[in-house]
Amino acid sequence: MALFPRALRLAPILLALACSGQTADKGPDAGQGGGEHGSDVILVGEYGSMTGAEATFGQSTHNGIMLAIEEINAAGGVGGKKIELKTYDDAGKTQEAGTVVTRLVTEDKVVAVLGEVNSKLSLAGGRIAQQFGVPMVSPSSTNAQVTQVGDMIFRVCFVDEFQGFVGAKFAAENLQAKKAAILYDQGSPYSKGLKDDFTKAFVGFGGEVVTDQAYTTGDQDFGAQLTSIKQAGVDVIYLPGYYTDVGNIAIQMRAQGITVPMVGGDGWDSSKLAEIGGPAIEGSYYSNHYAAEEDRPEVKAFVKAFTDKYGATPDGLAALGYDAARVLADAMKRSPSLGGKDLAKAIAETKDFPGVTGHITIDDHRNAQKPAVVVEMKGGAPHFVASVAPGQ
Amino acid sequence: MTKFLQTLMDGTAVGSLYALIALGYTMVYGILRFINFAHSDVFMLGAWFSYEVAKIMGWTGQDQSHPVWASAFVIVAVMVACGTLGFVIERGAYRPLRSAPRINVLITAIGVSLFLENSGQLPFLLGTQPQRMPTLMPEHALFAVAGVSVRAVDLLVIGISFALMALLEWIIYGTKLGLAMRAVSYDTKVAALMGIPVDRVISMTFVVGSALAAAAGFLYATKYPGINQPAHPTWVLLGLKAFVAAVVGGIGNLRGAMAGGLMIGLVELFGAAYLSPHLRDVYVFTLLILVLLFRPEGLLGKATIEKV
Repeated sequence: MALFPRALRLAPILLALACSGQTADKGPDAGQGGGEHGSDVILVGEYGSMTGAEATFGQSTHNGIMLAIEEINAAGGVGGKKIELKTYDDAGKTQEAGTVVTRLVTEDKVVAVLGEVNSKLSLAGGRIAQQFGVPMVSPSSTNAQVTQVGDMIFRVCFVDEFQGFVGAKFAAENLQAKKAAILYDQGSPYSKGLKDDFTKAFVGFGGEVVTDQAYTTGDQDFGAQLTSIKQAGVDVIYLPGYYTDVGNIAIQMRAQGITVPMVGGDGWDSSKLAEIGGPAIEGSYYSNHYAAEEDRPEVKAFVKAFTDKYGATPDGLAALGYDAARVLADAMKRSPSLGGKDLAKAIAETKDFPGVTGHITIDDHRNAQKPAVVVEMKGGAPHFVASVAPGQ
Repeated sequence: MTKFLQTLMDGTAVGSLYALIALGYTMVYGILRFINFAHSDVFMLGAWFSYEVAKIMGWTGQDQSHPVWASAFVIVAVMVACGTLGFVIERGAYRPLRSAPRINVLITAIGVSLFLENSGQLPFLLGTQPQRMPTLMPEHALFAVAGVSVRAVDLLVIGISFALMALLEWIIYGTKLGLAMRAVSYDTKVAALMGIPVDRVISMTFVVGSALAAAAGFLYATKYPGINQPAHPTWVLLGLKAFVAAVVGGIGNLRGAMAGGLMIGLVELFGAAYLSPHLRDVYVFTLLILVLLFRPEGLLGKATIEKV
């Protein structure tokens, strides 16, 4: 009798472990064709948060990448070979990101890696990719440090310094704001970085940041910070956070009777923002990588293809995932071989690539030089207001 | 004055929610002497079930067009649902380990917690997207005191929390079930010898604790309508603060948990408003350290002598 009941007693633990382990190959489409790839296939790795707190980021990006790869393969692939994507879930955890990228480069032997959204995770994965000499393209990590890891790491989005500048310029020139308050997430490098970049640029435009208030990831009551902001009496409030927090902040802010406009960054970009914020978020602005209603042929074609496939309007992350995969495929076509050095050189030479998120030119720091847009929340959806080009 | 009153109101509301969650920790500890780490996830599910129930009933708008009894219906529904869940967790995961070393139960509790968080994110269950809780309670400002507008929803959150705490007081000190719970908590073996059905009493403890967490989840979702994904760190952080409240008040002591919850809420918000918002969690945990240093049994707890 001894053995069996003991095994039974372990069952709940094992069950819990099995479900929580976030085994790497849980991501959508992970298993397809894995391992068995002949010479007519180019294997590309992707790591992203398919589960965990930032799952929407990972899933949006994945949808964008999948769409791009399908289109590339339908058009004949790269040099007659089809691209195959191997996706691993990092569950939004730093240590997982390192593990799955190691697995991608050492076991699956991918030629290049696509990922991550969150800068913290891109840093963790990037170090591994750099170490093994495999090029990595981050679709949407905007923190400056990400591409400083080494010469194998690229991104197809702008950096936070530019985004903070865009927010400050818009607040100072379009909204005529003189005094600003900032409420940021002190647990997030992205949010902290944007706070500093906005402050620097806003002061440069002759404005003053009267108060900067912080919260920590997980806080949901912002009453104390908002009371301080209300007393400071400002013209604009800069919120460099993610959409769920921003939605909650907006609701509490309007409930406290603060009516000045809010400005934010690309962390706002989700259809959930309008749903959560409701009327409280109306009339707010944020800087983003693209707007679905922009009048460019690349945007129109992408929005149509994405909507047909997934039945939803693509957000900025999906657009960046799409662009990242296409920039990579473009570089593969130009590269003499698919070895790490050749491929990295080809990516670095990307010039004026017609991406959905603007014309992409990779600069000396392996960042993308391209314009940002500012959108306004109106009638529950973001609407294009202005476009700001770098160096303006 | 405005700032003081606003902070006092926010702190009381947050504190009363901490208190409701802390009660579940303290009740289980009082009887089984172990920390039920899955409790914060039952609270999380309380918030999520509130959203799901409202959606099923078709109350999805944010325009307060729903029947007056909608919130009463939802709160009772989620309390029943989470109470059942608490029963199942105890029955399935903890009871088989009743005679095992305490560390096994503790690790199982962590496992249950991870299981609930991550299985909740499955697309056919709750999903990975944050959701907006529909507006079921009136949100309009009732009156204003010194520039602070008091919203109906704030008063209701505080009122319902206190009503539930009073109800629990009555269950524990005014009913036979409560008497049995206190007896089991005092000495399980002797209680069993006196004919008290210990297993059933423990089950009921989990049911009551989980139902309170569910109510807290509903009130939380009502006050902060952007509900984060099941695996979001916000739930763990809230559970942790409620646990600190239980320890500060004296773990195993019901009134201690209530007082501890209110105290944590007020310390957190007054610290954030008057000292610096950058350190708001630091105030909470500093209070914990101070209490552990100078009054390790908690503010209202009784000192126990460990028999060696």
